[in-house]
Amino acid sequence: MTVTAPRPATPPEIGGLGHSVRRKEDDRFIQGAGRYLDDIVLPGMLHMAIVRSPVAHARIRSIDTSAAEAIDGVVAVITGDALAAHGLAWMPTLSGDTQAVLATDKVRYQGQEVAAVIATDPYVARDAATLVFVDYEELPAITNPQQSLAEGAVLIRDEKEGQTDNVAYEWETGDREGTDRAFASADLVVSLETHYPRSHPAPLETCGALADIDPATGQATIYLTSQAPHAHRTLFALVAGLPEEKIRIIAPDIGGGFGNKVPIYPGYVVATAASLLLGKPVKWVESRSENLISTGFARDYHMRGELALSSDGKILAMRASILSDQGAFYADAQPSKFRAGLFHICTGSYDIPYAHVTAKGAYTNKAPGGVAYRCSFRVTEASYLIERLVDNAAWKLGMDPAEFRRQNFIRKDQFPYRSATGFVYDSGDYHAAMDEALRLSDYYGWRSRQAEGPTEDGKLIGIGLASFTEVVGAGHSKEYDIAGLKMFDSAELRIHPTGKAILKLGVKSQGQGHETTFAQIVAEELGIPFDQIKVVEGDTDNTPYGLGTYASRSTPVGGAATAMASRKIRDKARKIAAHLLEAAEEDLEWEPGRFTVRGTDQSVTIQDIAFAAYTNPPDGEEAGLEAVHYYDPPNMTYPFGTYVVVVEVDPADGTWKVLNMTAVDDCGVRINPMIVAGQITGGLTEGFAKANMQWITFDEQGNCIGSNFLDYLVPTAYETPKFTLGATVTPSPHHPLGAKGVGESATVGSPAAYVNAVLDALRRRGHEVDNIDMPVLPHRVWGAVNGVEAKP
Amino acid sequence: MKISLTINGREVSADVEPRTLLVHFLREDQGLTGTHIGCETSYCGACTVLVDGKTVKSCTMFAVQADGASITTVEGLADNGQLHPVQEGFWERHGLQCGYCTPGMIMSAVGLLQEKQSPSEDEIRHAIEGNLCRCTGYHNIVRAIEYAAAKMRGEEPPPPDWEEEEVSV
Repeated sequence: MTVTAPRPATPPEIGGLGHSVRRKEDDRFIQGAGRYLDDIVLPGMLHMAIVRSPVAHARIRSIDTSAAEAIDGVVAVITGDALAAHGLAWMPTLSGDTQAVLATDKVRYQGQEVAAVIATDPYVARDAATLVFVDYEELPAITNPQQSLAEGAVLIRDEKEGQTDNVAYEWETGDREGTDRAFASADLVVSLETHYPRSHPAPLETCGALADIDPATGQATIYLTSQAPHAHRTLFALVAGLPEEKIRIIAPDIGGGFGNKVPIYPGYVVATAASLLLGKPVKWVESRSENLISTGFARDYHMRGELALSSDGKILAMRASILSDQGAFYADAQPSKFRAGLFHICTGSYDIPYAHVTAKGAYTNKAPGGVAYRCSFRVTEASYLIERLVDNAAWKLGMDPAEFRRQNFIRKDQFPYRSATGFVYDSGDYHAAMDEALRLSDYYGWRSRQAEGPTEDGKLIGIGLASFTEVVGAGHSKEYDIAGLKMFDSAELRIHPTGKAILKLGVKSQGQGHETTFAQIVAEELGIPFDQIKVVEGDTDNTPYGLGTYASRSTPVGGAATAMASRKIRDKARKIAAHLLEAAEEDLEWEPGRFTVRGTDQSVTIQDIAFAAYTNPPDGEEAGLEAVHYYDPPNMTYPFGTYVVVVEVDPADGTWKVLNMTAVDDCGVRINPMIVAGQITGGLTEGFAKANMQWITFDEQGNCIGSNFLDYLVPTAYETPKFTLGATVTPSPHHPLGAKGVGESATVGSPAAYVNAVLDALRRRGHEVDNIDMPVLPHRVWGAVNGVEAKP
Repeated sequence: MKISLTINGREVSADVEPRTLLVHFLREDQGLTGTHIGCETSYCGACTVLVDGKTVKSCTMFAVQADGASITTVEGLADNGQLHPVQEGFWERHGLQCGYCTPGMIMSAVGLLQEKQSPSEDEIRHAIEGNLCRCTGYHNIVRAIEYAAAKMRGEEPPPPDWEEEEVSV
C-alpha cells in the first residue's frame, strides 16, 4: 500500500520531523566559507611532511637526515628513535594491537611512516623529505592472508613478544553443534567462496592535524579531521601522557569521513610531538596518495559461506568462515569485544535457526586499517555474504529469488526477533519493503522481458535482489565500547531568554547535516523554529562527552539524547508555564511551542517560558532553562530494505550497464526526508563503485596499486547510475523518535544486488557460475561467459 | 617572480616562487580557502576556478601562468550578498553534503552554464565528470544545475524530488 508521507506535526516554519527543510550549514559551504582543517592558519605555524617507506617489508639499517636538515627552512627532522626516547615510537590501535608511529626496527608496508620533516614552508618540507636517506635491507613481502598463514612464512610482527606466527586474532560465534546437526540433515547445501576486496573510504578531504601546544601553559589545542573528537582527546591523554584538561580537540568542518577519520594516525601523533618539541603550531595534511596507501583501508575479507536447505526451500542453518587480511597492524575500528565487528548479522533478514561463524585475521605487508567504510563494524561483509548465498540457493532450488526470500524472511509478527547469533532485532516488515521494491521496479515486468531472451543487440538482461538488514547505533554501553570508552552519546541544550537555543553534541557531522537534523529534533520536541537553534559539535572544550559519528550512530544515539534533553526542558517549562498561567501543571496541555490551560484559550509560548526562566522563575525553581542528557540506548536499531538491480551484460566483452536500480529503505521515522534521500543516493553510489570498479590491489612486491585517483577508480557523475527511491516506515520501538540510522544502509545493502544481477544474466543464458568477485570487471565477466578463469 | 592579475574583480600584485601552483597561491597567499585540494593528479576537480572565464583546475597551473589573467573563485560569485543562481541551486536542491567538492563543482557548473543555457542531463553529467563528489551520488548536483539553468533563463525551476516522495505504511 502506498500513501503520501504522514503529515508532519509541526508547521513548516517550525520544521520538526518530516520536513525537508533546506540545510542550515549550506550557506557557508556554497560560498567557500567552510572552515576545513587545511584552511586554518595560526601565527608562526610550521609544516610537516612525512618520509614513507618505498618498500613493503624491510629492516631499517640506518637513517641519514643530514642532507634534509641542511636545507634552508627546515626546522627539524624527527625519526622513530627520537620518539622512542619519549615512549612514543609505538601507539595502541583501536583493536588492542600496537602500531609503529615512526618505524624504528622494520617497515611493514609500503607507505609506512619512517621520519617527519618540519619546515617553515610546505614546499620546503616536501623537498627535504626526499633528502632523508633510509638504508633498507629488504625482506620477502607477504601480500595475502593465505601466504601469511602458510608454513614457513616470514614473521611480520617479530617485535611482538610471544608472537610466533602471522595470526592477528581468532574468533567464533554461534552454535557449532546445532549448526553441524542442521547441515547433516539438510537436503541441499549451497556454498560460496568470495572475496570482499580491499577498499578505501577516500573522503575528498584527506586526513590532517594542526597541533598547537603553548610552551608557557602546556595547553594543547589540536585541530583534527576527527569523527570522534572526545574519544580522541582521551586517547591522546592516555597515549601521549598529556593531562586531559589541557587537551582541546577541535574537529572543524570535515570533508567527508566514511570511517576514514575514526582512527588515530601516526601523522597526528608526530605533529603533536613536534609542536611540543618546537613550541610552535605544526600542520600536517596528507596528500591523496598518502591517504590511499597508508590510512584506514576497509573490507579485505576472504569468505566462505554455506546454507543448509530443505528441498522445499527453507533455510535450516548458515555457516561462515572468514580469513581477514589485516595488514601489518590489527587496527579494526570496532568495539573491543567484537573481533570481526558485527559480522553476527550474517543471518541477515532470514529466520535461520542455527548459525556458526569462525574468523581468523592474518598480518600482511599492507597498510593497517579495517575501518568501517560507511558501515557498522563489518556489517557490510556479513550482509554481502548472506545476500549472495540466498541468491545462489534460490538458483540451485529453481526458485525465484524474491519468492525464496519471501518464504525465509523473519515475519513481522516475530519481532523483536532473536537471531541465531544472539542479536535482538528491534522491528521490521521485510515483506512490505520487498513488495514495495518489486512494485516500484516492475520486477515481474522485467522478468517477462528477460524471458523473451537477449536484447536486439545481443545483451543479456539480469535481475538482482538484496534484502539487507543492518545493525547500527551502538551501544548499549554494556556491550559496546571503543578502546574501553562506553558507547553512549550526549546532548546539551540551552534555551536563551529570547527563546532561541544552542544545542551541543558529542557526535560530529562530516556532511550528514547535523546542524539541520538535530535542530529539527528540538523543533519537534519544543516548537522552537529549527533555524533559531544553533548546533555546535566537534570542540571538546564546548560540547558534552560523546563517542562520535560512525556506524550510523548519530541519529540512534545522539538524536535520542537530543530528544531526551528536549523533554527534560519541556518538563521544566511545564512548571514555569503553570506559574505564569496560575494553573495546576496537570491542567496544562502541550502542543509544539505552547502550553494551554485545558478548556480555555489561556496559553504561554515556549518563548514566554524561556524569558520567564531567566526573569521570573517560580519560587523554589532554579533559574535558567537547560538540560544535558547522556543516552545509553537499550538496543541497537535494525534498518532494512530491498534493492532491485536490472543490468544488461554484453557477453562479447563482459561489460555491464545498470538499466534500473530501485532502492526501498526502511530506516524508521525520517527526520528530514530530503537529507535521508541524499544519504541513500550517496550510499548507493558507493555500493555501485565497489561492485563495478573500486578496489585496491598489490603486486607481488607489495606495491600498492590504487595509490591515486587514476588507479583507484571512484565513480564520476557520468558512470553513476540513476536510482529510484522508495520507502516504508517501521519505527524503532525503543528509540524516542522511532528513528533508525540511514547513512550506511545503501553501501551495505547494494553491492550484492549488482553482483546478483550480473550472475542472473549469465545463469539464465546457460552459464553456470556461482561467483564473480567484486569489482565485477569486464574480463571477469568475459571469463565466466567463456569458462576461462580470470586473473585478478 | 612578480605577477599582476585580477582576482574576483580585485587587482592583485604579488611576488611568487615560479613553482607555486595557482591553487596554493589562491589559498595561502590570497587567503581564498574556498578553493579546495582533493588530490594531486588533477583528477578530483575540487580546485576548479575560472581563468579568463574558462574552468581550470588550479592545481594544473602555476601562479606565474596566471599573470595578467582574470580569475574568479567561489568567493567571487555572489553579488553584494545575492547568491549566484548556481549557489542557490545547490542549496535549494541539496546538491552538497560535506561541502568539500562544492566550490569546484559550482565553478564547473558556472562554466557550463556560460556556454549552454539549456544543457540536457547528459550534458550536465559530462560537464562535471572532472569533479569528484564522494557524498551525494551526483543526482542532486544535476538537479541543482538544472535549477540554476532555469533561473538563469528566467524560468521557474523544476520542482524538487522529495515533495513527491511516496511513503508506504
